[in-house]
Amino acid sequence: MSATVTRGRAGLRTGMTWPVLIGWGVLVAVAVVLLLAPQIFSAYDLSQILTQALWLGIAAVSVTFLYRYGGMVSLAQVAIYGIAGFAMGNVVHTINSEGGLNLGWTPWAGVAFGIAVAVIVALLFGAIASRSYGIYFLMITLALSLLVFYFFGQVTKLSGFGGIRSISRPGFIGDPITDPKPLYYTALGASVLVYVLLRYVVRTPFGIALQGIRDDPPRMRSLGYNVPLHRTLAFALGAFVASIAGILSVWFNTQISPGSINLAQTIAVLIIAVIGGLSRLEGAWLGALAYALIDYYARQHTPTLGLWLNPGRFATIIGLVFLLIVLLSPDGLIGIGHRLRDLAGRRLGTPPTSDTAAAREEQALPETAGVSTASGPSSSGGQEP
Amino acid sequence: MTLGIRQLPRTALIALGLLVVVWLAIKASQGGNTFLQVTLNGTTDAALYFIVAAGFTLIFGLMRVVNMAHGSLYLFGGYIAYVAQTHWYAGGTSQFQLGATSSTSIWGFLVPLVFATLVIGLVGLGIQQLLLRWNQGQDLRQALITIAVSVIIADQLIAHYGGIVESIQQPTSWPNSIVIGTFRYGFFRLVVVLGAALAVGVLLYLLIQHTRLGMIIRAGVDDRPMLSALGVNVQLVFAGAFFLGAMLAGFGGVLGGTMISVGPGLDSQFLLNSLIVVIIGGMGSLPGAAIGALLLGLVQSYSAIYLHFGATDLTPYGVLAQFILVIAVLAFRPLGLFGRPA
Repeated sequence: MSATVTRGRAGLRTGMTWPVLIGWGVLVAVAVVLLLAPQIFSAYDLSQILTQALWLGIAAVSVTFLYRYGGMVSLAQVAIYGIAGFAMGNVVHTINSEGGLNLGWTPWAGVAFGIAVAVIVALLFGAIASRSYGIYFLMITLALSLLVFYFFGQVTKLSGFGGIRSISRPGFIGDPITDPKPLYYTALGASVLVYVLLRYVVRTPFGIALQGIRDDPPRMRSLGYNVPLHRTLAFALGAFVASIAGILSVWFNTQISPGSINLAQTIAVLIIAVIGGLSRLEGAWLGALAYALIDYYARQHTPTLGLWLNPGRFATIIGLVFLLIVLLSPDGLIGIGHRLRDLAGRRLGTPPTSDTAAAREEQALPETAGVSTASGPSSSGGQEP
Repeated sequence: MTLGIRQLPRTALIALGLLVVVWLAIKASQGGNTFLQVTLNGTTDAALYFIVAAGFTLIFGLMRVVNMAHGSLYLFGGYIAYVAQTHWYAGGTSQFQLGATSSTSIWGFLVPLVFATLVIGLVGLGIQQLLLRWNQGQDLRQALITIAVSVIIADQLIAHYGGIVESIQQPTSWPNSIVIGTFRYGFFRLVVVLGAALAVGVLLYLLIQHTRLGMIIRAGVDDRPMLSALGVNVQLVFAGAFFLGAMLAGFGGVLGGTMISVGPGLDSQFLLNSLIVVIIGGMGSLPGAAIGALLLGLVQSYSAIYLHFGATDLTPYGVLAQFILVIAVLAFRPLGLFGRPA
């Protein structure tokens, strides 16, 4: 999608070439399909595939953002959205008071509270983890994430027995099961806002400094930047985005339980970000769409091979897909898209674009210290020749 | 920020640590046997964590591979031993029988133990040779690969063994408990698991410090290309280390399956335990794994029992104690107690 945004913007400045026109065409088509989706797809498909992909995409884009611009692979995003969801679920009114504290707040007050709690906890997590890099950062965030899961598993006062159910939603969303449209448009709007916010932030002085820290922490330190503070704040921003996904997931599922933030879900969000492609923010939504589609079709069309493979073995299938992507195309679906676009560009007589080179470089995931070695366009918009 | 504010968290943590020590001393003076019981629970849990985490830290120390499938290998090992015991030695109890009504011979325990340990070693070797060998040096990518493997193994374990919690039977001829004075404690926990942990610790120490192979491993940790240039077959050393590390996960899985149980969810539990042990102990350090395991085991068992304050029962919040442990160590030493920069 935004590959096309980039090309489009460059196109306005440098004149229309064929790939630019195709790019605009794809962008317009995607926008039209997304806006008209409730008319095109059945209510079930809309909810189970598109709404699900949109909120999972928001969760995954927080991973992508932290990796792409901060050089941090965080496995704590699911725990953070769980904290937001549980915080909201505890304070808002729950019908029949099923689990949680049920303080009877209005839904919007609950949203604000949930996001605030998640961001505050993330500042603490970030402060702990921000002095570690690469694989250490990944391990510490995974440990924190699992501790959050066990915390909610044990403290049934806050998580209810088997979760908090029937959490009330703002009035305009209604009941997503009878009418999924309002929640779909909410998730779509939230996705666009999150995307615009992150694209904006990476161009601010803070965003540029963050990318400098990703590439060379010692140099940035010697230039006078407070490296751990920048990483902590970036982590908190990622947590803000993840907590929006947490709120949407609670509205989508109408409940939250410790099982919604277990190790499998923690890994699922990482898988989504990697399948989509970590080199671009929009890869998160692409990965989430692929994930939701695999989920949807695997449950219906998986052939049965004894206990090894059958429609219930979704995790095995997604694990195999993830393994193949990591082994063969670490840049995910976005990387495959870049290659196809290059091929098309060559056919139509334009030279390969600069961000393809960047994408290729990024294929090798960073080696030591998890700092991206990619020298590609720092904020990839509008840098094409 | 002034220096004073910056020192505040550390001062608070030191104060908290002293408070915990004093509080435990009071508890120790009040209830002798309970305290001994809780301490031994923590120590024997720690012994199991050490066995598992030693494999994790060994693999990381030499190859910089964070084996995210370590928890899955642990659980897989437990299941293999359980199945071997029930199939080959009919003495094992089924889920429908309560208690060990039939007997288990010593071989009925040892053969599944050795078999499961070796199979898990081979599975680990397979993962390393087929998937990781081609991506050496890309530690993040290798971590992602092992995550994918763990997802597949975890799902297959659920497919094949379902959600039932089982346990492996210890030999019937072994006593259930031993008596020290007036105090009675589980034989398997105290003698077998603690003994195995000590043996693993001593053997690994001797292997690493006093053999030619250990010399090669230590050299490999410090400078891999140079070791290779000296004519050592580094690939063989890596394969051996991965085999050994995975074996320890399987070995721990069998011991844990006898001491606690084999069931779904233990894979993430033991991945978390191993992570915390190496985070606080320091990645790649064997003494660090021992200290880290002991701290984690004791914190877990004390917080599970002693978080009662009058009528308020805070034991469900015991997980927070582990949080505080991780935070406290990382606040002073970001690389863990025995960690050193790569």
